[in-house]
Amino acid sequence: MKVDPAMLRDLLDERLPRAQVRAIQSAYKDADRFDKYVAILQQRVPWPEPIVLPFGEHLYIVAKGAGRYVIKCDCGQELGDYRSNWKLEALINVRATPAELAEIYPEKMHGHPDYNSLREYFCPGCLTLLEVEAVPPGYPVIHDFLPDLEGFYRDWLGRELPGGPA
Amino acid sequence: MSARGAIGWEGQSLLAMLERSEQLLAATGRYQGLEELTLKRSDPIRYEKLFSRLRGGLVSARETALNISASPIVKEIGELCFALYTPEGDSVALSTGIIVHVHTMSDAIKYMIRQRYEENPGIAPGDIFTNNDAMIGDVHNADVQTFVPIFWESELVGWAAGVTHEIDIGAKTPGSVPIGPISRFEDGIDLPARKIGSHDELWRDHVLAGLRGTRTPMYWTLDEKTRLAGAHMIRDAVERVIAQEGVDVYKRFIREVIEDGRRSFQARLREMTVPGRYRAPAFSEVPFAKEAQLPSYARRDTLMHAPLELRITREGMLELDYDGASAWGHHSCNCTPSAMQGAIWVQLTQLLICNDKVNDGAYLALRSNFPPGTWSNHSNPQCSTGIAWSFLIPSFTGFVKSISRALQARGFVEEVLAPYGLTANAFQGGGIDQYGRQSATTNFGLSCVGGGAKMILDGLDYAAAMWNPEGDMGDMEMWEMIEPFLYLSQRVKPNTAGPGRHRGGSGYECLRLAWSTPFYEMQNIGNGYCFIQAGLWGGYPAATGYRHNIRGSDFLDLIQARAPYPQSEPDPGASELAAGIAGRHDFDIEATTLPEVMAHGDLYLSIYRGGAGLGDPLERPYESVMADIAGGFLLERYADSIYGVVPGDPQATERRRGELREHRRAKAVPVREWMKSERERILELDMIEPVQRMYAESMRLSERFARELRAFWELPEEFEFPVATPEVELSKAMLAGNAAEGTREASP
Repeated sequence: MKVDPAMLRDLLDERLPRAQVRAIQSAYKDADRFDKYVAILQQRVPWPEPIVLPFGEHLYIVAKGAGRYVIKCDCGQELGDYRSNWKLEALINVRATPAELAEIYPEKMHGHPDYNSLREYFCPGCLTLLEVEAVPPGYPVIHDFLPDLEGFYRDWLGRELPGGPA
Repeated sequence: MSARGAIGWEGQSLLAMLERSEQLLAATGRYQGLEELTLKRSDPIRYEKLFSRLRGGLVSARETALNISASPIVKEIGELCFALYTPEGDSVALSTGIIVHVHTMSDAIKYMIRQRYEENPGIAPGDIFTNNDAMIGDVHNADVQTFVPIFWESELVGWAAGVTHEIDIGAKTPGSVPIGPISRFEDGIDLPARKIGSHDELWRDHVLAGLRGTRTPMYWTLDEKTRLAGAHMIRDAVERVIAQEGVDVYKRFIREVIEDGRRSFQARLREMTVPGRYRAPAFSEVPFAKEAQLPSYARRDTLMHAPLELRITREGMLELDYDGASAWGHHSCNCTPSAMQGAIWVQLTQLLICNDKVNDGAYLALRSNFPPGTWSNHSNPQCSTGIAWSFLIPSFTGFVKSISRALQARGFVEEVLAPYGLTANAFQGGGIDQYGRQSATTNFGLSCVGGGAKMILDGLDYAAAMWNPEGDMGDMEMWEMIEPFLYLSQRVKPNTAGPGRHRGGSGYECLRLAWSTPFYEMQNIGNGYCFIQAGLWGGYPAATGYRHNIRGSDFLDLIQARAPYPQSEPDPGASELAAGIAGRHDFDIEATTLPEVMAHGDLYLSIYRGGAGLGDPLERPYESVMADIAGGFLLERYADSIYGVVPGDPQATERRRGELREHRRAKAVPVREWMKSERERILELDMIEPVQRMYAESMRLSERFARELRAFWELPEEFEFPVATPEVELSKAMLAGNAAEGTREASP
């Protein structure tokens, strides 16, 4: 289905009627979606570095030049090399007591802190909640996603990484 | 070889055909070594029509045959599926329904071929076979499969197969997902790939054995007829296609369509995802320390670790790896590779191949690792898999989460989903029903829990099941006919959905009154101690559940006195049921329990879970939060603490959200700083035994996991959790024994 940039913008901003969303979901995908999506996101961020890969809500992998790629929040905060776990550069709050968990869930609906707690990861710049983990005590910080940027660009998109080889 | 001679193509045995097929795949990477899809290329319309006719035959078989069944979970809920296979057991096409079994049935056919069923007991036109053995190819005993060979002249041209989910499987405890078994000898009726009929008729001894083996004989026997009728309809459809198109075209088609499925899947991966490594561990619990009737080795609490790692390679392969998973256990939640591979199907068809040809082609484009000795591949012939779903469902929450990261990176925001809800509670039991008859039930209200939040929409409320794309809770009136429990209420359960910019789909609750039964064993099955999986990008996990069972209640006295009575429990922190009903309240987070008797007048609250959230809750629109309160999805006091919403005042909401962000700044600490204290906690072993045992099992079963854990926390090289892991040692001894004997029992 042809999804033009204006339609994609509306889809992203949740302005499309449900029937149209459903039609987009059911149709074959538009081959150039990635470039259209990145173009929209690029217009919306307040910084100039080219977005190489959208990386979840608020985060992006951007090209810093000379083959350096970092994870960056839309507020401008940078969170390290894309091959590292950005969470290690974030702020964290751990909900590990019944009282802390009870701010989110009613009594008897938040599990037991001995079994697992909630780890909230915030952007140090804008304090947006970027990820939540629900893990037992002592679990390593989860490295959710390590993209193969080179493979994606060269082998799948058929072009070089915008900021030079990583 | 039987007197009939080989039944494969061109005089080959089936085993020779299977081995040739596997050799060609290994050598070329392509199904049957096909380079060109000549039929598709030369006559694409004919090719598509062929697929449509076979697919239509399968869907028609399902929709027609289910009317034979009397079981509500088959007839109303649609817990059945049909599929067509090549002679070697590769799926060509499938119907709608519980498509997890497309691959499990493939495993069962290949088992029969490898065990030389062609020679003994023989495979002839009109024969009927069955299987429900998870080590051979299944999830658990309750999923019963029927196979019918399809012949054209003297050659086997394929297999028609069907599966139904039985409402009771005659296990140690009642129901279709029995929580009671601690070994496979308690899992119920056992049908390890057996021949059960000839000349299109079921053998009487098999029929009678089934009637005697289950608590629900009528459902059992009608389900069997359902499967057989559907399989025969598929056979008829295939024979019609061959009569019109010619057998050579049919043979070519079933080869090409699987290779087409493989190529199509790889193309879809390239089109919609990003190569790389994705991780999303999940957890679940088996709280059995309280269960006094269990033997000592099973009477303990267990935390399950499912460290899902998904890798998408540059070459377009999908690799699913559970290296680091914790051990199997003396409970019924263990899985086999066949079950795990089946679950991949359910996920792929709903995430990546939802609008293309679905068959074993996709299977050929993925690799999986389910390490022996872990719960994901117990490799222990004595191990129970009665409620394998109890681990299978949580463990695959990471799959949807990981694929969604890829979908968002490519811009397919309309497809992004946060993790689905756990399909629990299982309102399940058995005993004497309201008609004085032996009965059992598994209420499929659990097939309508909350779906995961989407990137552009809230999750589906009380309408989703991970394992059945067509989730349906059935009618209360129908359940009341087969269960000696009346519905006092069925309504939205507030705060079950995981919060987020988009919240997860909501769960719901039912309050049931035991009615006219002197004895009905009831259990609870679900998560009460731990969340199974967090949401995406700031979305929180769905709430955990709890149990509230009231025995010896004064409810009927209240009715007699025409006094008002509570009908629900929107807030367990201020329970009207606890305050308004006298009796023995089991009201706690023990959400998984072995059966205990209930009788006329007792009450059972069944809580169905929500889905996980997506995005920072402080970004949820004010109007959406207000709608949640008005709709009963959110208790009003949580509008502030989760969402920063001041009801009735959008301006004050903005100020409040600013305050909460500052509160985050004041409370949060740099991760690296927090890691120092968490490291000390590990070194001091400041965690409960089940958590330590989970880590110890994972470390002893996976050198890589042990190495990574020690490296992450900068622990000494010799660091270990000093707890016993008897199942790990047992597995290692068994696997070593298997290796010494040169058997392949561990990997069916």
